[in-house]
Amino acid sequence: MSTYDEAIKKYDPVLGLETHVELSTNSKMFCGCSTEFGAEPNTQTCPTCLGLPGSLPVANAIGIESTIRIGLALNCSIAAYSRFARKNYFYPDMPKDFQTSQYDEPLCSNGYLDVLVDTDDGTKPFRVEIERVHLEEDTGKLTHAGGATGRIHGADYSLVDYNRAGIPLVEIVTKPVPDTGEYAPLVAKAYVTELRDLLRGLNVSDVRMEEGSLRCDVNLSLTPKGSKTWGTRTETKNVNSLRSVERAIKSEIERQSLELDKGNKIKQETRHFQEDTGTTRSGRSKEVAEEYRYFPEPDLVPIAPDKAWIEKLKKDLPEQPSIRRTRLAKEWNFTDLEMRDVATLGGVDLIADTIAQGTSPASARKWWAGELSGHASKAGVELIDLKITPTDIARIDSLVNEGKLTDKLARQVIEAVLNGEGNPDEVIKKRNLSVVSDDSALIPAIEAAIAANPDAAAKIREGKVQVVGVIVGAVMKTTGGSADAAKVRELVLKTLGQ
Amino acid sequence: MSDLTKLSAVELSSELTKGSVSAVEVTKAHLDRIDSLDKSVQSFLHVDKTGAIKQAEEVDKNRKENKKVSSLAGVPLALKDVLTQKGVPTTCGSKILEGWIPPYDSTVVKKLKSAGIVILGKTNMDEFAMGSSTENSAYFPTKNPWDLTKIPGGSSGGSSAAVSAFFAPLAIGTDTGGSIRQPAAVTGIVGAKPSYGGVSRFGLVAFASSLDQAGPFARTVLDCAMLHEVMAGHDPLDSTSINQPVPDVVSAAKLQDVKGMKIGIIKELGGDGWQTGVLNRFNESVELLKSMGAQVKEISIPHSLYALATYYLIAPSEASSNLARFDGMRYGLRVDDGNLSAEEVMNKTREKGFGKEVKRRIMIGTYALSSGYYDAYYAQAQKVRALIAQDLTNAFKEVDVLISPTSPTTAWGLGERVNNPMAMYLADLATLPPSLAGIPAMSVPIGLADEDKLPVGLQIVAPFMNDDRIYRVGGAIEASLKTKWNGLLIDQAPALGGAK
Repeated sequence: MSTYDEAIKKYDPVLGLETHVELSTNSKMFCGCSTEFGAEPNTQTCPTCLGLPGSLPVANAIGIESTIRIGLALNCSIAAYSRFARKNYFYPDMPKDFQTSQYDEPLCSNGYLDVLVDTDDGTKPFRVEIERVHLEEDTGKLTHAGGATGRIHGADYSLVDYNRAGIPLVEIVTKPVPDTGEYAPLVAKAYVTELRDLLRGLNVSDVRMEEGSLRCDVNLSLTPKGSKTWGTRTETKNVNSLRSVERAIKSEIERQSLELDKGNKIKQETRHFQEDTGTTRSGRSKEVAEEYRYFPEPDLVPIAPDKAWIEKLKKDLPEQPSIRRTRLAKEWNFTDLEMRDVATLGGVDLIADTIAQGTSPASARKWWAGELSGHASKAGVELIDLKITPTDIARIDSLVNEGKLTDKLARQVIEAVLNGEGNPDEVIKKRNLSVVSDDSALIPAIEAAIAANPDAAAKIREGKVQVVGVIVGAVMKTTGGSADAAKVRELVLKTLGQ
Repeated sequence: MSDLTKLSAVELSSELTKGSVSAVEVTKAHLDRIDSLDKSVQSFLHVDKTGAIKQAEEVDKNRKENKKVSSLAGVPLALKDVLTQKGVPTTCGSKILEGWIPPYDSTVVKKLKSAGIVILGKTNMDEFAMGSSTENSAYFPTKNPWDLTKIPGGSSGGSSAAVSAFFAPLAIGTDTGGSIRQPAAVTGIVGAKPSYGGVSRFGLVAFASSLDQAGPFARTVLDCAMLHEVMAGHDPLDSTSINQPVPDVVSAAKLQDVKGMKIGIIKELGGDGWQTGVLNRFNESVELLKSMGAQVKEISIPHSLYALATYYLIAPSEASSNLARFDGMRYGLRVDDGNLSAEEVMNKTREKGFGKEVKRRIMIGTYALSSGYYDAYYAQAQKVRALIAQDLTNAFKEVDVLISPTSPTTAWGLGERVNNPMAMYLADLATLPPSLAGIPAMSVPIGLADEDKLPVGLQIVAPFMNDDRIYRVGGAIEASLKTKWNGLLIDQAPALGGAK
């Protein structure tokens, strides 16, 4: 029995997820600086987000609205009176040495998100309860130079980029999630996937895990079967992809169970997920409670959202991702499993956009979930980050349907588009990739194929046309896939007197 | 014009408008006086001669070209070193900010500049505005121009000294628990703390965010009102700034009439432990107000007794957080031998850069906000703060303004209270309740104490955003006393020779 199965037999995991979402507002949370990703370090800063003496924050109304919309989409209650609070601690990535956040008066609280997970007994729903959704500011980004670990301890020096400081950050904290058993890793992954789609649907964030606009911390503890008290939890950070969410939990379940089996206690600590090994390593100990000296931010006025406004925001929420998926699956004639695969890949919108341009749902799914998801996973990015658009795919698909591209050629076109060689038509022109259906160009190849396969040729002459595939295949091979297969078949049969 | 430094802002404004004198001449006259006399007063941390003359030239040019200029254009001003002015050093009286040149103007400075007011330089202060004597400045103590062995009040002691020494007719101070009113009282000039939110705090280096408020100093109530009008107004860069019209303080200052006004004497602020000379002058002003037709009665503000304890929890708590950013990482002092970790650099920089009183308050505040103590200290103090504000609101149902002596004593000797923080804190006993309630208050000179012949101030307190009322009462008292004394109280200042 695997370590994991052993662990699950003896212990019940209790999950908890803290997700940070960078909002895609044009300006930062408390000043007018741009939030654009990837600018030269420290060019998107001002006295306020640098925390210069005398500077003051002014809250970004869109940031507050987005947070409330997230709360509403997560079935939360919205506070009638909410305040920002200062979280005090010293760290060089924080210009003021306190983070403007929320403490005991968050904007949204007590919600839930339902997710579906495939179990041995079929697809099962799990409810993940939401503790709170609050709004805060991001910190600057530290780069540690020199030293072995890439961390601040042991570094020769550290560089700070305050472009990120002050970008609005929404923190979504779940309540502890018990009773998921062996499906704990899948429930966590389904939750983050669902949350990502929900946020994308709300159009409040880019939700790109690899750019850090969606970051996830995973809390996990194990309870011995039959026990009523939960075990000590660890908090795993640096979980930067959906796959990592699943792997991190699985590995932490295994690690904790081995410790408990040995009679050791689990240390309350922060752990870091390591992408290469798929395991977590020990970080900061959290046994001593952190002292943040929270108090209400005196530089910002309290937020008292108008009830009618909240009702309006609620009414204007987009269709929930799960409901939308059910509707689309029916429209597109996808099975539940197909739809869930597409959703996990983050491909629902891409497929919808491709279909909107005339491609059949089945073809759209084939391209995105088949061909392109392979490219994405090879490149270690998400589907949406590939340098190819639904328009490109719709065009390629229609060329295939018109017989101007074979599947094989289409794949070459896709590769070239991904390489930045231009749109499909430009690529086809540049690389001269159009399908060969000209008789004179095909005849020599057909004759050569017949000569190379005398047995098959003889059978066809005798009327066994079903073996024509052997000759057609040989022709396709020698023409590098650029021949029109239907045309080849016709010519082969004609040449062999059929 | 023989002595331009003796004129009020209003008088200077009229000469400048007539063209009988240029802004450059006015500026130079004040710079010359600073040059010759500030050695003994030490009110300025930084005199910006070049910048001031350049500003004055601009005003003269605009006047010459008949461009519209504000009435205070060309009048010089001294700026407390806690407000940022682009390109001019800002230290907050602390070594930790030595050498820092702000890259931006505070909103107050922006408003001064657009009014053509000439900023002569930055004035001394208690480090990060923590103190009542300006002795907590990390650079040097400022002296009281009335008696150079006495303190000029604090924390805005550099500004009060500069105005009372005729280095500038106008100055800006900031008041967190009395830092404008008490220095004004002990140097015999006028100082006002506007309603909280009346003047933008953008660019005011924070001590206690929920209490800090910049305000004007001048030698007359009308000058003070004119400067108040320039500084005040809504600022979208400060969330706590009030989006309402500025009360008409200038008209109120000119009214010189308190007939029919209901005035309440705060019962708890006076009596045992208060200097006799202070109480004598206060009682005389009560009689004066009555004789001018005001209805005066005693009113109790019971929770004002807890104002000191409340203030010394809330202000240090906020300060402990506000002053965290001075960590040597981005600007100002950095203690680093190249082998220290970031944490060590932060510790050593703060150890070396902050003075004793600042450290004391950071520690008190850190303690009061810590889990396990928060409810007993910070949260409790906030509740008492609300009760004090409620008491004052209730009082204003019966009276139009409240009055008290501004400070329990006149200026004390330099060094007398430096080792006794409690004695120092008591100087703010009367000024704290209005600060905690966020309401406007002013100190006007009402004479000299019999014992030491040093100035005494009267505190006038009005309801929130009724700043005009403090100017109305202040202007009336000033007018009446001016007749009696045949001039302003400051004209009797004996120090510095050339004052009269």
